[in-house]
Amino acid sequence: MQILQLKETVSFMKYRKIAMVFSALLMIAAIASLATNKLNFGLDFTGGTLIEVGFEQAADLQKLRSLMQENGHDDAKVQFYGSSRDVVIRLGLREDVKAEMLGNEILAILETGTSQKVDMRRIEFVGASVGDELAEQGGLAMLTALICILVYVAFRFEWRFAIGSVVALFHDVLLTLGLFSILGLEFDLTVLAAILAVIGYSLNDTIVVSDRIRENFRKIRDTLPEDIINISLTQTLSRTFITSITTLLVLAALFLKGGALIHGFAMALLFGVFVGTYSSIYVASLVALALGISREDLIPEVIEKEGAEQDEMMMP
Amino acid sequence: MLNKYPLWKTLMVAFIVALGALYATPNLYGEDPAVQVSGLRGVEANITTLDTIKGYLSENSINYASIVLEKGQVLTRFKNTEDQLKARDILDDNLGKQYSVALNLTPATPDWLASIGGTPMKLGLDLSGGVSFLMEVNMKEAINKAKVGMVTDFRGDLRNEKIRYRSVKEDGNAIVVKFRKLEDLEQGKSLLKKRYQDLLLNTDEDTLTLSAQMTELKLKEIREYALQQNITIIRNRVNELGVAEPLVQRQGKKHIVIELPGVQDTAKAKEILNATATIEFRLVDTTGDIGAALNGRVPASSILLTDKDGKPSLLKKRIMLTGDHITDAKSGFDEYSRPQVNISLDSAGGSKMSNGTKSNIGKPMATVFIEYKPTDRRDPEGNIIFEKVQEVISVATIQARLGKSFRITGAGSQAEAHNLALLLRAGALIAPITIVEERTVGPTLGAENVQLGFQAIMMGFGLVFIFMIIYYRAFGVVANLALGANLVLIVGIMSMIPGATLTLPGMAGIVLTVGMAVDANVLIFERIREEMREGKTIQQAIHQGYEAAFSTIIDANITTLIAALILFAVGTGPVKGFAVTLSIGIVTSMFTSVVGSRTIVNAIWGGKSLKKLSI
Repeated sequence: MQILQLKETVSFMKYRKIAMVFSALLMIAAIASLATNKLNFGLDFTGGTLIEVGFEQAADLQKLRSLMQENGHDDAKVQFYGSSRDVVIRLGLREDVKAEMLGNEILAILETGTSQKVDMRRIEFVGASVGDELAEQGGLAMLTALICILVYVAFRFEWRFAIGSVVALFHDVLLTLGLFSILGLEFDLTVLAAILAVIGYSLNDTIVVSDRIRENFRKIRDTLPEDIINISLTQTLSRTFITSITTLLVLAALFLKGGALIHGFAMALLFGVFVGTYSSIYVASLVALALGISREDLIPEVIEKEGAEQDEMMMP
Repeated sequence: MLNKYPLWKTLMVAFIVALGALYATPNLYGEDPAVQVSGLRGVEANITTLDTIKGYLSENSINYASIVLEKGQVLTRFKNTEDQLKARDILDDNLGKQYSVALNLTPATPDWLASIGGTPMKLGLDLSGGVSFLMEVNMKEAINKAKVGMVTDFRGDLRNEKIRYRSVKEDGNAIVVKFRKLEDLEQGKSLLKKRYQDLLLNTDEDTLTLSAQMTELKLKEIREYALQQNITIIRNRVNELGVAEPLVQRQGKKHIVIELPGVQDTAKAKEILNATATIEFRLVDTTGDIGAALNGRVPASSILLTDKDGKPSLLKKRIMLTGDHITDAKSGFDEYSRPQVNISLDSAGGSKMSNGTKSNIGKPMATVFIEYKPTDRRDPEGNIIFEKVQEVISVATIQARLGKSFRITGAGSQAEAHNLALLLRAGALIAPITIVEERTVGPTLGAENVQLGFQAIMMGFGLVFIFMIIYYRAFGVVANLALGANLVLIVGIMSMIPGATLTLPGMAGIVLTVGMAVDANVLIFERIREEMREGKTIQQAIHQGYEAAFSTIIDANITTLIAALILFAVGTGPVKGFAVTLSIGIVTSMFTSVVGSRTIVNAIWGGKSLKKLSI
């Protein structure tokens, strides 16, 4: 079976102006939202206390809220989590009481207040300093990843490709963050992990395309760089789509079956894979083209025989 | 172009996958309820302990499946949890305080598998249930203490060498010594320079001062020591809790991670972990006027402290002995049946105590209990501010010259004496610590997470499986076989690596790997189709497809691996679990989808002249 049976080369680069404007607009929207809405940072970053409890019958949120207020926890946010029997209560950082004892206290309040058996599912307490450190570390991790990748791609390919792929990654990360900001989805540690995985995925796509561009530059003579890129994108399009489909399939499984705890994670990846596929077609190659990639840049002095070392490399 | 692998290569691939499958099998067996008995504070469970346990169990006619002694612990397995719980209660009541009795779940791996090192994957707390803490060491306090110690040392050194000085004081990050004469300054400098090579000394001849600054190296050493000491002490405290397979590990520069699987009652755990207490022994200032001191005129060499009933005592500022010399503390009763705490000191502590008490027989000595309680305030650098709470717990007359072991009375009730002994024994911390993060996962949520993760993996795998067969037909089956082998290898390797822990995001990582691992096969198959369209023979197309796609696959996977490894380096807990499965998955998928699938393709289609290919 074949989804895409392309006889003709698709002139992707003809639409590059539109793609550029489109990407630029999306990125501006993402930045604007990040500046105004900010990210809805989860407990991992903000600090505070979170208690997830399970009731035997469907819980009455209104009653739980007033119960919290009666006991002096005015800032408590009470929400369903996954089902109507699961409830999550979030509390901000406290100045007065020993914060790490708060979880047990709330549990006691719930048990006496509802006279139901309450199943403690999880309690999380995060102090204020941890969040700051985490945000710093997370940012640093992303930056390190981008730099390492830049160096590797520059070393293996060419600096124009390296810049192209890093711009594409930046584009993907920014748009994913933007989506979380616009929709107000909670940004926690697992989402950060998902974004790093998006970096990995999007890069995978970009490398495949760049690799084909390099190959075609060497193979096809007397053709404009623009056309070479079009040919390469057309040739790899089928693969790009199929890999995106299989990845989106498993992510859909994760989103549907993985439970409420990894909804954010699956969401970030679902969107990230989508954007990553687009960016590997338009952003990465476009940047390389704009930077003036040409045949001369990609012809090595001695043509290396690719795959010649396969056996030695793969067998232990 | 025959596309044939030599036999050894085919066998090698089969062997590697079989090995992975072998080490993955322990995960298929469940877990047995067990009770783990381990010794506390240097006591090790031995063959006698084992016999004692056997005795108690048969006395109460509790059946057990097996009982073994390993690594100083006795592990008894049971057929059901009822027996396990009954046994725990009986052993806890009878074995005494030298042992901790903990409930445990041990893998029911068959002996032959266990003997070749087969163990199931270790589950993270989000899957097994339990509590994890992140504790922060107060480094500022550690450095402050080091400075206070240095002031005392400087004074002693100068006095011993008969070098006269005006004052020794802390000043910011430095210790400042003021001299009276220039020659004293020079003598002092050469003495200190010789003794303290890790200090930067600066002299000012006009003001006759010498300032000693700690080098960055010295500061680092102090921080490192504070962290290590805290880890050791926390380990001891965690052992007192009686938890099976606890984890105490440093994280970064000033944090310690503690994981207590299976613990539900976090309140007790927190009380023990969070209490930072030490004691100091000081002489009572018998010459000072306590009335004047209460009105704010405390003599310069004394401090005013109260006991828990608010009764004030005027004590000498000079500390006779600090709690870090304590090696053991036990609670008991004195001859009048009053609770007391027996304290043993190390040899340095013993001689300090002996020197301090020899000329003071008949004078009162106070025991001061010091507790650091974390407040919610922070200093500008973001460190938690600790409140030092000092309380006089006993004032007793020194009856004789004290040595390495002595006792203190007046700690209150028996329970309080017991608690004090526990705190003292668990160590006197150089730097106070505080819980900055806590995550508790209930057992139901843990089990639910395992189920959800497993379902997600199965569903993701199933979807990809169906898609690949529809899209690539026979070659799709090959890709699916490679994918299955990949899954087996990931589980096998995760089970083999001792430190690898499976978490919920880790399971998500496996799901993601399933989706992304087929990419390599997609690349290869698309390439084969392309080559066939260009008119190559089928065998040539297969060969070219694998060859040409190879470098692309390597480049694409290495860059993804970079991202995964960075995530591994900075991530903690569940996120680290994600990085682990993702990294392992990338490596194994390269093997299965390139070499593994080629082996199958070669075996089926290689070496024949074909007209059509089911791709």
